[in-house]
Amino acid sequence: MSKLSLRTYTLLQTVTSVGLSAMAWAVTGVRPIWSGSEPSDRQRIYFANHTSHGDFILLSACLSETERAKTHAIAAAEYWGKSRLRRFIAQDMLSSVLISRQWTSEAEHPISIMLSVLDQGHSLIIFPEGTRNTSDELLPFRSGLYNLSMARPDVELIPCWIENMSRVLPKGQFLPVPLLCRVVFGAPVAVAPGEERRAFLQRARAELLALNPRPDRDD
Amino acid sequence: MRHEISILIIGLFVVLSTASVTAAILSARAPKPLSSTLVNLRQRINAWWVMVALMTVAFFFGRYGMTILFALISFAALREFVTLTHSRRSDHWVLLGMFGIVIPFQYWLVWTAWYGLFVIFIPVYCFLLMPAITALHGDTERFLERVSAQQWAIMISVYCVSHVPALLTLNVPGFEDRNLLLIAFLIIVVQGSDVLQYIFGKLFGKHRFSPNVSPSKTWEGLIGGLVASSLLGALLSFITPFSPLQASAVAFIACTMGFLGGLVASAIKRDQGVKDWGHLIEGHGGMLDRTDSLVFAAPIFFHIVRYFWTV
Repeated sequence: MSKLSLRTYTLLQTVTSVGLSAMAWAVTGVRPIWSGSEPSDRQRIYFANHTSHGDFILLSACLSETERAKTHAIAAAEYWGKSRLRRFIAQDMLSSVLISRQWTSEAEHPISIMLSVLDQGHSLIIFPEGTRNTSDELLPFRSGLYNLSMARPDVELIPCWIENMSRVLPKGQFLPVPLLCRVVFGAPVAVAPGEERRAFLQRARAELLALNPRPDRDD
Repeated sequence: MRHEISILIIGLFVVLSTASVTAAILSARAPKPLSSTLVNLRQRINAWWVMVALMTVAFFFGRYGMTILFALISFAALREFVTLTHSRRSDHWVLLGMFGIVIPFQYWLVWTAWYGLFVIFIPVYCFLLMPAITALHGDTERFLERVSAQQWAIMISVYCVSHVPALLTLNVPGFEDRNLLLIAFLIIVVQGSDVLQYIFGKLFGKHRFSPNVSPSKTWEGLIGGLVASSLLGALLSFITPFSPLQASAVAFIACTMGFLGGLVASAIKRDQGVKDWGHLIEGHGGMLDRTDSLVFAAPIFFHIVRYFWTV
């Protein structure tokens, strides 16, 4: 985990990504709604609400194949690194990047791992709530989003609201219910000059919440 | 039967070509950029080409084609319905069962022509067992709303829709092996009625039928559409076991039910705060936006034919 090298997609990763995107469409008919940003090959950090393992698959299904090949989801090593099989799925099939919540050495520092991905010109998908959320409200954001933006201000932060995934594949279930899903991509968020960490994180969270197309629903 | 199918296909081709040419002429004469009505009209006509092509292909595969096609239509419709209505985490297994058990089983009953169970499986067994499962989960929050939405979802999307391919199981004396034409008659008349109501409404519509439910439905559209589709029914009597007069009466009843189906669907959408069920069919909306009339017409048509024409 300490030394991170991202090559272009392996055959396995290409097959997995095309297959999963096709499956995501068949099950959820997923559609991107570009509301404030446009599809682009710019380097980006997509940050999204997190309720299900399917979130990242749905989000990447909305990106083009070339973008998908250089966009990596950040996943928890505590979960995805637990067994050989999980590690194989996360890294060799989904090309996710694993970070540890209880890091010990400097090389394991989550921010330095994420920065090393960005420095290779790749994009990230992160879930700033830090865990799959089972409550009805969006959890407060962890500070990674702020730290990344301070360290690499040129990278766009795009809020992405993933709709309905908590109903399709709730935490603890393994069979998805086919329901229609949308992913709403909002306008880029950036740290304002002199903006404090806490204020920025609250604003980023509010920007994400504002993308929910049906805030009246309490599913 | 080949003869009748050829006539139908040629007829549909002529109608759609006329529609496409008309829309092209209207667009050429209209000021640019085109009005949203005109853009929508062109999208609708293009989608009709695709839908007619898909139906035609399914037709050539006969019983297989029809059963699989309508099972898929049920899937798309159920997905739209369940997406729109309220559910909770504890409903997961019931929702899974609706897709994974109810749809396949209902269409298996259609396939094997097990009429006795086909008519009661959903209204009796699912009606009683699904809320029982929900109750066993112990989550009573908005219980009645959740179980009602589930009942409605499978009644509309699975039970009613499955009556279309079930027409193939009816035994009409002197009409053996030609039941596919009953499906063609029902679909052409009911969908034709939708189109005719739209045309009459756009041309002559003045008096709203029910402004609270659906602002686009007018008395002029309704009356013009129903009269014209009854005539269309009489015209198509040659593909049915009905006389021309009977055919127009059956078409009238089916299209009236179709109109009511559209009205009920509008009321549900309005209650849930959306304009369309989904985005599956460009220009039309979701699967249920296109099939809401068929949903209400199919079971009534099925039972009229079964009661008066089968032995």
